[in-house]
Amino acid sequence: MAVTVKLPTILRKHASGEARVGADGATLSEVLADLETHYPGITKNVLAEDGGLHRFINVYVNDEDVRYLGSLETEVTDGDTVSILPAVAGG
Amino acid sequence: MTGDVAPKRFTEDQVQRYSRHIILPNIGGAGQRKLLDAKVLVIGAGGLGSPILLYLAAAGIGTIGIVDFDVVDTSNLQRQILHTDADVDRPKVASALDHLRALNPTIELIGHDTLLSSDNVMAIMEPYDVVIDGTDNFPVRYLVNDATQFLGKPLVYGSIYQFEGQATVFMPGQEAPCYRCLFPSPPPPGTVPSCAEGGVFGVLPGVIGAIQATEAIKIITGEGDSLVGRLLLYDALHMDFQEVKIRWDADCPVCGKEPTITELIDYELFCGIPAQS
Repeated sequence: MAVTVKLPTILRKHASGEARVGADGATLSEVLADLETHYPGITKNVLAEDGGLHRFINVYVNDEDVRYLGSLETEVTDGDTVSILPAVAGG
Repeated sequence: MTGDVAPKRFTEDQVQRYSRHIILPNIGGAGQRKLLDAKVLVIGAGGLGSPILLYLAAAGIGTIGIVDFDVVDTSNLQRQILHTDADVDRPKVASALDHLRALNPTIELIGHDTLLSSDNVMAIMEPYDVVIDGTDNFPVRYLVNDATQFLGKPLVYGSIYQFEGQATVFMPGQEAPCYRCLFPSPPPPGTVPSCAEGGVFGVLPGVIGAIQATEAIKIITGEGDSLVGRLLLYDALHMDFQEVKIRWDADCPVCGKEPTITELIDYELFCGIPAQS
């Protein structure tokens, strides 16, 4: 499935500054693996050492937090938008 | 904020000052009266705090509390538009009080020139109706979230980093999410760069702060659709607005069905750089 991944500012350096990139996969896990293949290092701050999602970085498929879907096994379909959202605290 | 009591009459100044609200649908005299009767606490008089405070004072919020322990620095003036060059080295609260008084001398302004901690936040917050988070660090954001949940106060949240901003409203007690439903605990040290390290687009807090002021005014007047349950995401560089859902987490340690956090926590300020933006 071809999805669009929206990258937060802190991850754009791995993708030459791009804010939106394309990726392929049937699940979020596959999409992240595909991202890592094209942009090595990009998932280092998204995935914890145990392979799960960090609790201070949220991932959304369209407008839903994947924690309430299938987490890393959330299925994605063509045209979906995957948004990676870290906690920020500036003010 | 009931409609049954005969409304107090506006003064001549108020009729003039708030005329554009008084004739506005959805606000009107009744809405303006609610604003004048409201007490709002703004935590932070910096990037977000500046537009928040200016717009709340302009709108005639009757009592505005301002919390900040910092002093004005030249590097603040790129975005902290409440302060001026002449205020450099002055406490932000003192500067804020002066400028807000100049804008609207008819409302009550209360300065809290102090660092918030578990020792003082409940007492400071208790008299207010709505709390707005304009802070610049995770420890205080979690403290403010937890305190507003314990006290039952709506919290208008906003945060920024470089070119991106986030905003939402956390409404306590209605199976509505709190900050910990969104991000259960602070990031470990070293995982998130600070504003001082990453830089910040000056006009960015202007947009997010104005959105926060908007939401506070809507909570008070009861008008419109609030951001409860919705996280607004703004990317200034691409002029992109996006919304994602925030769900109430029944397992949330603060607002869930069986809370495990029942006391305030002072997370260490871990960034190593003093909390100045």
